[in-house]
Amino acid sequence: MGKKKKINGYLLTGGILSALLTAVIVTGFFWTPYSTTAMNAKEKMQPPSLAHFFGTDNFGRDVFSRVMQGAGTSFLIAILVVLIGCSAGILIGSLCGYFGGTADLILMRICDTITAFPAILLALVIISIAGSNVSNIILALGILFIPSFARVVRIQYAGIRDLNYIKSARLAGVGTGRILYSHILPNTIPILVPAMTIGFNNAVLAEASMSFLGIGIQPPQASLGSMLKDSQNYLTSAPWYALGSGFMIVLMILAFSLLSEGFQQSNR
Amino acid sequence: MKRRIASLLSLVVLPCALSMGFGATAVMAAGTKNASSGKTELVVGLSQDLDNSLDPYQITAAGTREVLFNVFEGLVKPDTDGSFVDAVASGHSVSEDGCTYTFTLRDGVKFHNGEAVTSDDVLYSFETCAATATNTAVAGALSDIQDITASDNEITITLPEANSSFLSTVSSVSIIPKDYTDQATAPVGTGPFRFESYSPQDKVVFVRNEDYYGGAPQLEKVICRIYEDANALFTSLDAGTLDMASHLALEQVNSLSNGYEVIEGEMNLVQALYLNNAKAPFDDEKVRQALCYAVDVDSLLELTEDGHGAKLGSSIYPSFTKYFDETLVDAYPYDPEKAAELLEEAGASGLSFTIKVPSNYQPHVDTANVLVEMLAAAGINASIQKVEWSTWLSDVYQGRDFEATVIGFDAAYLSPDALLQRWVSTDSSNMIGYSNEAYDAAIEKAHHAADDEAQVEAYKEAQKILSDTAANVYLQDMADFVVLNPAFTGYEFYPLYAIDFSKIHPAE
Amino acid sequence: MKLVLKKTASLIITLFIVSLLAFLAFQIIPGDPTTKILGTNASPEKVQALRAQLGLDRPVLLRYWDWLVSFLKGDFGTSYNYLRPVGSLLADKLPVTIALTLLSFVMTVVISIPLGILAGRVRSQAADHAGVVLNQVIMAVPPFFFGILSCYLFGIVLKWFQPGNYISLSDSVAGGISYLLLPALSLALPRIAMTVRMLRGSIREELTHNYVYTAQARGMSPGKILIRHVLKNAMIPVVTFLAVSAAEIMTGTIIIEQVFTIPGIGRLLVSSIGNRDFPVVQAIVVLLAAWIMIVNFIADMLNHWMDPRLAGM
Repeated sequence: MGKKKKINGYLLTGGILSALLTAVIVTGFFWTPYSTTAMNAKEKMQPPSLAHFFGTDNFGRDVFSRVMQGAGTSFLIAILVVLIGCSAGILIGSLCGYFGGTADLILMRICDTITAFPAILLALVIISIAGSNVSNIILALGILFIPSFARVVRIQYAGIRDLNYIKSARLAGVGTGRILYSHILPNTIPILVPAMTIGFNNAVLAEASMSFLGIGIQPPQASLGSMLKDSQNYLTSAPWYALGSGFMIVLMILAFSLLSEGFQQSNR
Repeated sequence: MKRRIASLLSLVVLPCALSMGFGATAVMAAGTKNASSGKTELVVGLSQDLDNSLDPYQITAAGTREVLFNVFEGLVKPDTDGSFVDAVASGHSVSEDGCTYTFTLRDGVKFHNGEAVTSDDVLYSFETCAATATNTAVAGALSDIQDITASDNEITITLPEANSSFLSTVSSVSIIPKDYTDQATAPVGTGPFRFESYSPQDKVVFVRNEDYYGGAPQLEKVICRIYEDANALFTSLDAGTLDMASHLALEQVNSLSNGYEVIEGEMNLVQALYLNNAKAPFDDEKVRQALCYAVDVDSLLELTEDGHGAKLGSSIYPSFTKYFDETLVDAYPYDPEKAAELLEEAGASGLSFTIKVPSNYQPHVDTANVLVEMLAAAGINASIQKVEWSTWLSDVYQGRDFEATVIGFDAAYLSPDALLQRWVSTDSSNMIGYSNEAYDAAIEKAHHAADDEAQVEAYKEAQKILSDTAANVYLQDMADFVVLNPAFTGYEFYPLYAIDFSKIHPAE
Repeated sequence: MKLVLKKTASLIITLFIVSLLAFLAFQIIPGDPTTKILGTNASPEKVQALRAQLGLDRPVLLRYWDWLVSFLKGDFGTSYNYLRPVGSLLADKLPVTIALTLLSFVMTVVISIPLGILAGRVRSQAADHAGVVLNQVIMAVPPFFFGILSCYLFGIVLKWFQPGNYISLSDSVAGGISYLLLPALSLALPRIAMTVRMLRGSIREELTHNYVYTAQARGMSPGKILIRHVLKNAMIPVVTFLAVSAAEIMTGTIIIEQVFTIPGIGRLLVSSIGNRDFPVVQAIVVLLAAWIMIVNFIADMLNHWMDPRLAGM
């Protein structure tokens, strides 16, 4: 194509957006303009102003501070869910793809089962056994995310295992572990990166959907999904409440999709 | 080619354009609901689905009871002022010793299936209700009946001793046709509206009873749409899909943009932070009292309802007029220092506990949110655990596996027993494990009181004991907002959960 | 043929496992149907009696076996909460969800393929960039957020649409479908964006191949090249993706039905989980799982059929 010299706009925009978001989120872990829980009857439903960027909610809490906190929680959950899903997926996918056989058959059947099982029922089961807190939400979603990664990885391994360089490595007596994770794994990265981006987006959405259905983060901790749910009542009188939390979700997903798009384009 | 891109653009720009359009909405939406008079079909929004059984004796949810109020009636029925008016009976008399009640069956009352109501049906109803009622207080009160007989159109009920609140028990026995077995799915009663159809999660339809002895209601048809989600209901209401909705929160009413008539009443609930009296740390009266001092109910009302709603000091709400003891409301003025002192005395400084709250009742979740914040100010570390309604019922209500919970209890029928009986130490629905001999004695005294005055006195004594021992942190009877399309009028509040469609009629 | 048999066998096995797991899940979550039915009137004796009446006091595996046997006979049991046969309940709710899924799927296909081809052929850099960015933005909007916004915009502000006023398909097909348009669009939008992105990418990739230049050199018209050669290959991954989308749209209805108050099986599933109404949950879980697996199976078959290179796998 010969256009590689041009600055990759997606990478740039995505990078700037992600950097901004990360800055906001990381700041939110340590400091928010207002307390995320302090209530104030006199400041209920204030429209956006310099004092409150996104206005205030029905308890007079600062929506921007809560969006910061909620975005942080979503971000943390999404990253960890992808990490769990991806590493377990790599482990299962690599073994299944490389060795094949009965274990492959059984593990893939389990993956099918998880995929076919309604996610909300599974999440509910895990959360009602283990309790509804952030780590259990991560665990529940993490398990749900394993099959998609395992499948992608498995196909890669099944394709690569019979290539000559792997065969010769085997003949040269290289250990299976090394073949699996230092010879084959790097080859799966071009496929894994976009899968991780999609995974991240799906995890943000899944967390928001769970909170939206009321089985996610516990109040008074802020969550983008539950804020969006609560804000439905105030669409006419306080639209900033819905927009603040809704657009944060959009922005978060957008930033990472753009980054991924940028990476893919520059690799072409 | 370019045009297609343009159309794609417009598709996506819409959500962005929204943010700019918001400012103008208030103007655009005002007064859009057309007030065409003469409408006789009312569309009502319900925020929860009906109970699994529509059998009047099996109903458990207040939300089901309040709509089936239009289908079922007892010999007498409650009126808006809390008194009892004749319904299936045309009149009744009480013997001088207060032990014998004689009801005269009204002439020409017909069930919705067209059959005439006979005294046999009445006897059958009392027997079936006593044997099958899921409500323990009603079943208990009926089991006290010594004798019930019928001759022609007279029904005579004999009690072992006088009971001045017996009419409330009578009102809770809906008169149903003898040997009709489909009450659970196709209820048949004598009320002003006839049940027509029910489609789960969709709608339940009532049509007027043309043969109603009190005259056919003005509304021909009432369609109740089922939302199971207060927010979706509200969006629908705001868009003008519904003619009426009740149990709205103040913020929702304030957000409404389309000129509905707003009627304010009370929810008729005892909302409290219910404490598990049987388990540490709340088995210690001082700890419970400390919580009462640490909660500023006025500011709670201010935060959740702009100061609407009625403060409570015990397990009775104000609509129970003569039974309600308003002196208890301020028994525990807000005093975080005193709270800290009491906690220290009890050796429970730095107290931390979990409030389990049913996730489907937003007002209770909101209240819990505010409580956590308030208690934090007093150095008490409370956290919230939202649970599904089923989990709440099994863990908190039946399993009694909880420290504290925010919930509202309503009265299934118009007797203080409907609210107070459950805290008797032996009662199976005594969720908080409250055990106080003086309280049990007071309730017993009320049941056997010779006259009304003595009974009221005894119930007040019971309330005082609940307050003194800080059984729970009593909060409020929340404000209840009903909104009605201005094409209709006539809505009236009852002192218990009921929406009387027969009183609503097209506006002039 | 052998593949079809193999896939069918694994489908049945997976369905069996899914139904068993769903059944066991109900043993683990707190609460059982009696708690919801008896509500605040429950006493230990009543719970006991109702459990016996519903047959809940029998051993788990025995109950599962009974369920399985009658399920295979076509009897889905009776809902605890709605006191109706599950079959009739589903007959009420299923058409709505199927209509919503189909509508959304048709929208995805009809809108995304022309747009994708267009995006693949656009020459102008600016237009291409604008298209890609737009696409990314649409992909990032969660369906329920779009749903809430459109309820507000079209329902409350513009009054083109009455949220919550679902018209039953049996009353009026046109009315029902018109109510479903917005929910279907909410579900379709991100899928449309993803399909356009995919089709654009694979068309651009195909266009770089030598055969295109050869065809051009032979004087074939660009339109013909596109349809006869480029699209044929470029559609392979897209068709698979679309088939998988059909499965995801169906599961996506769970939340969209909540937002738009549509009485379909998504809402029925959520409330039945809450009610611990497991005959209903069982039936829906098996149904959803079957749908997801059948669609994935079709995607696989299409893949094999369209791409001979995969025949060996």
